[in-house]
Amino acid sequence: MSEYKSGSNLEKVLKAGHFAFTGECGPPLGANVEHLKEKAGHLKGCVDAVNVTDNQTAVVRMSSWAASLILLQEGLEPNFQMVCRDRNRLAIQSDILGVYSHGIRNMLCLSGDHQRFGNHPEAKNVFDIDSMQLIYTVKTMRDEGTFLNGQDIDVPPELFIGAASNPFAEPFEFRVHRLAKKIAAGADFIQTQCIYNMDRFREFMKRAVDMGLHEKCYILAGVTPMKSVGMARYMAKQVPGMDVPAPLIKRLQGAGKGKVAGEGIKFAIEQIEEFKEMEGVAGVHLMAIEWEHRVPEISELAGMLPRPKV
Amino acid sequence: MIVAEPKPIKEILEMVKDYNKILVLGCKGCVTVCNVGGTKEAAILASTLKIAARKNGKKIEVEEHTLERQCDPEYVDEVKDMIDDYDAIISIACGVGPQFLSERYPTARVFPGVNTKFMGGAVEHGVWSERCAGCGQCVVHHFGGLCPIARCSKSLLNGPCGGSSNGKCEISQDVDCIWDIIVRKMTELGRLEELLEFMPPKSWITARDGGPRRLIREELVI
Repeated sequence: MSEYKSGSNLEKVLKAGHFAFTGECGPPLGANVEHLKEKAGHLKGCVDAVNVTDNQTAVVRMSSWAASLILLQEGLEPNFQMVCRDRNRLAIQSDILGVYSHGIRNMLCLSGDHQRFGNHPEAKNVFDIDSMQLIYTVKTMRDEGTFLNGQDIDVPPELFIGAASNPFAEPFEFRVHRLAKKIAAGADFIQTQCIYNMDRFREFMKRAVDMGLHEKCYILAGVTPMKSVGMARYMAKQVPGMDVPAPLIKRLQGAGKGKVAGEGIKFAIEQIEEFKEMEGVAGVHLMAIEWEHRVPEISELAGMLPRPKV
Repeated sequence: MIVAEPKPIKEILEMVKDYNKILVLGCKGCVTVCNVGGTKEAAILASTLKIAARKNGKKIEVEEHTLERQCDPEYVDEVKDMIDDYDAIISIACGVGPQFLSERYPTARVFPGVNTKFMGGAVEHGVWSERCAGCGQCVVHHFGGLCPIARCSKSLLNGPCGGSSNGKCEISQDVDCIWDIIVRKMTELGRLEELLEFMPPKSWITARDGGPRRLIREELVI
């Protein structure tokens, strides 16, 4: 038996003890393959794996599995995201088999934003199973070699199982327990919500480390550089479960005209430097939303290049 | 009405096995009408619990009481002086009851004694059938007054699927194909044309899909 659960590049990098660096790429609002390839191209060589979002914010886009395959063809390693909002357990399990068959080796399991946030608010939602159960499903398929109903799978999918954690949502006390539950359900790695409130994240990590969670699972800290003061304000007010402290907004405002984006990147790099030293943090997940072209620069400044080859 | 069925007695006994002072709370609303949670059923459940305990050589105290409705704070308040005397409450109202009780009496251990099934009615003595899915935007007039959302297994809005056979649904011979009934009725009434119109995707925003629901009628708010 292989020493790896999936043999994905991300798994190998983490297992070798390197500080991992993952990126993100949202599929197009259409079938614009060239645009997707161009965005993904910026990430090539900068990150260990690229998250491919699944109808994020409940806005219809090219399906995450299809965009993941395109990335794979482009020589990038996708981290295929799947939400429970749009599929029942039949579709979920068949999509898992499908992506694995095409060479996808990482999968991030999410509940998904409610469709009321998106561009089809009148849609029915599925939520047949939740993110915790989705993690359990992938683990059962991989390690037991069975479907949820107990029937054997003819060649089980070997995926590196990811999950999300939001240290900033309420109730704060319960967040670390929910993380522990996801790890117990089968998560191999965690990518957190974008972090801006460093105090709160330090406290969260301290609790996670006290519980020994970092020894059972790789925790990647989420970073999204602020592009503008407007973005910071929007994140602070409009995005559920996001914690943007007022001093950070002030700092961005103080940067002056034309320099806010640079200040946002500077803050992100300071964060990454701290995460490298923070106990329990195994890497960084960089979500440069519609800012893929700045990823090479951020990676360079953050000292993340070149990426390790395992 | 809201239709419920009793939980198996074994399940109830397991839930309350560690409690010695139990209050069975009935409701005079829907669950009385469907013979599952009224005064009579509260008395039967209380006796059953006592007999079961005696059989196991255990002495327990069980009382029963039936509220006018468990979905109304005014009536839920009625037991405020009794509730602390019991270490377990079994509500045999629909799923609303145990929640109104748990919200009003936060320290009480409240257990459900029935399984809430659906919104429907009695079609014959001892037989109830689903009629409404509570989608929040009633459309039955488009379908001869019959609801395919609640009564078609696939909630189809544009006619019967390929699984309709001999008036039955593909999932079971015990399930009528509501679309078969709708089509026959509309044909007899000479209104089949109405069914030929394309029904566009429905907005489920008013249904449970749009999130937990709440209704405010300003003219009634005090």
